Amino acid sequence: MSQIKSLADLKKKREELRTGLINAIESKNQVQVKVAMATCGIASGAKPIKEFFSEQLEKRNIPAVVTQTGCMGYCYAEPTVEVKLPDQDPVVYGFVDLKRADQIIEKYIKTGELVDGIIPVNYLTIDSKE
Amino acid sequence: MSKYSIHLLVCGGTSCHSAESDVVVCNLRDEIEAKGLSDKVQVITTGCFGFCGKGPIVKVMPDNIIYVQVKPEDAQTIVEEHVVKGRKVERLLYRDPKSNEIIGDSKHMSVFKKQLRIVLRNCGVINPENIDEYIARDGYQALGKALTEMKPEQVIKVVKDSGQRGRGGAGFPTGLKWEIASKNKADQKYVVCNADEGDPGAFMDRSVLEGDPHSVLEAMAICGYSIGASEGLIYVRAEYPMAIHRLKIAINQAHEYGLLGKDILGTGFNFDITLRYGAGAFVCGEETALIHSMEGLRGEPTIKPPFPAQSGYLGKPTNVNNVETFAAIPVIILKGAEWFSKIGTEKSKGTKVFALAGKINNVGLIEVPMGTTLREIIFQIGGGIRNGKKFKAVQTGGPSGGCLTEKHLDMPIDFDNLIAAGSMMGSGGMIVMDEDNCMVSVAKFFLDFTVDESCGKCAPCRIGNKRLHELLARICDGKGIPEDLDRLRNMSQVIKDTSLCGLGQSSPNPVLSTLDNFMNEYEAHVKDKKCPAGECKNLMEYVINAENCVGCTACARVCPVNAISGQRKEVHHIDPAICIKCGACKEKCKFDAIFIR
Repeated sequence: MSQIKSLADLKKKREELRTGLINAIESKNQVQVKVAMATCGIASGAKPIKEFFSEQLEKRNIPAVVTQTGCMGYCYAEPTVEVKLPDQDPVVYGFVDLKRADQIIEKYIKTGELVDGIIPVNYLTIDSKE
Repeated sequence: MSKYSIHLLVCGGTSCHSAESDVVVCNLRDEIEAKGLSDKVQVITTGCFGFCGKGPIVKVMPDNIIYVQVKPEDAQTIVEEHVVKGRKVERLLYRDPKSNEIIGDSKHMSVFKKQLRIVLRNCGVINPENIDEYIARDGYQALGKALTEMKPEQVIKVVKDSGQRGRGGAGFPTGLKWEIASKNKADQKYVVCNADEGDPGAFMDRSVLEGDPHSVLEAMAICGYSIGASEGLIYVRAEYPMAIHRLKIAINQAHEYGLLGKDILGTGFNFDITLRYGAGAFVCGEETALIHSMEGLRGEPTIKPPFPAQSGYLGKPTNVNNVETFAAIPVIILKGAEWFSKIGTEKSKGTKVFALAGKINNVGLIEVPMGTTLREIIFQIGGGIRNGKKFKAVQTGGPSGGCLTEKHLDMPIDFDNLIAAGSMMGSGGMIVMDEDNCMVSVAKFFLDFTVDESCGKCAPCRIGNKRLHELLARICDGKGIPEDLDRLRNMSQVIKDTSLCGLGQSSPNPVLSTLDNFMNEYEAHVKDKKCPAGECKNLMEYVINAENCVGCTACARVCPVNAISGQRKEVHHIDPAICIKCGACKEKCKFDAIFIR
């Protein structure tokens, strides 16, 4: 990694990363899967779920990026997984076991058909318009 | 892509489920099939929308229309009107209780969304082990802005003007703390992050460190710049291995980019962060005890003054802030003091993260603007009480706080209101209790904790809390006498007035607040020798009702201590001297013949 030497550099880096990281995934039509993996998520079984997505998406020839993230806040519904299809808003699924993970791949990722267990976004962010 | 053009999302959260949302789903599916639309419209059950007070909720996608309080018989109308004809069903849209204005679409989502995520902005969004994802979301921009465009005094002014108060519990204004530390002259100063999260049931700080470690590192560097410190220390408990792991990765990555270390962003500012591990003593969350522990001494508090801002770590001026306090700083710097101070109440600005736990449906980590009411938190976001039980109380502030009851449900939550109500903000744990919780036992539970965690340095805390605990244990055992209630109150007051540090000064709070709010329960224990909630085992007796008992022997067979006697087809009897009150017999009995007296 090269050092960032000034605020201008940092801003440039941010723009590069935005176009690089985010657009790269979109432009390649990749599916983005994020698994909530704080201590509590892992304790509820998030690790095998992440492995399942990584292995199965590759096996089923679906271009995808599977990453870990922190706590999504839905402790009651762990393990939780966020799936973002190209050009669509991300959808969070709760209570994800291997069976539901398989459904998510077969139905939601392959055909766009929603699967039971969606957790609606129930918060505003710092970028919300209101 | 999807063969379905319309999705009907029906909330299947526990609260909506108990209001027959499952029947709504069935009826919607039936209607759709009857209209021959099964291949165009899909009905999906979802998790909680966080708007439980108005459940069941049905959301129509892609129109983004939300219907509230949908009854099973409304399914037909929704399908016929909205799905087939494309007309909104006005009757089922949400009306603002004040203006009576209809709010149905996603443009006014703040009505439906009680939460606002500032501290948790990146948690569950970015990969915490990848600094690039943090930078892509404006990470380290605040540090860059502070270092290149602002003087240290200006940074402090922004934090001061924002009105932010420390999220560790006491609510001391953050900007003022920084200002005091900045004015003390010294060759070396320190920035300390207090990540010694110790309240039972609290996990806000762990979640931030595990989900967004860079936000804390960035804020510490900003603090270092403004007070004139070049070293930062994070005091994190060793029980948080994942938080430590991700912090280490984050510190390394920040170094590789030159965002920590020497000459940050070419401004000549140096700042470095190291980790210190705590062994998990509760008292080490107190800043003087924390500093002693970091120095390798016993984790014992000392009298203030001198405050850490004058003489802290290694005798140098030290600024100690909590994880959550730091995590909001980069946003305050980037968005400005005015933006932040518009959120919240008059004296408590911004948002607060709460760890919702206990007898609540949606156990979770939430962030709401200050001033949100307990009712909104518990019954909207939290989805209400589990198993349809009745709400009794909520404990805020952990073992140092108090309980709030039904009469406090509509009080806007902020630092001052909570103290006025006999509790405190604390770090943000919220433990919800229902009708089955005995409040004397609750007070005993928290005292159990403080007795264990008292460092033993001062007598009121070491001995007083022990005696207080013995009194409570006696009451729960049914051996209490009426004078005990006065004794509880007097002793609590003495411990509060004479203890050395915050731990002892606040440890009797759960006792005092339960005495204030639930005197009737204490009296029932002491005078009638009864536990109204049925939790204190020594105050209850399992009895067989001769009228209902058919002599099936099921209870006798399941009893682990052979306390039940009786012949087949004859009324059975429980020997109270042997019975351990495990409740197995009551669960097994099919004839409702066993009851608690």
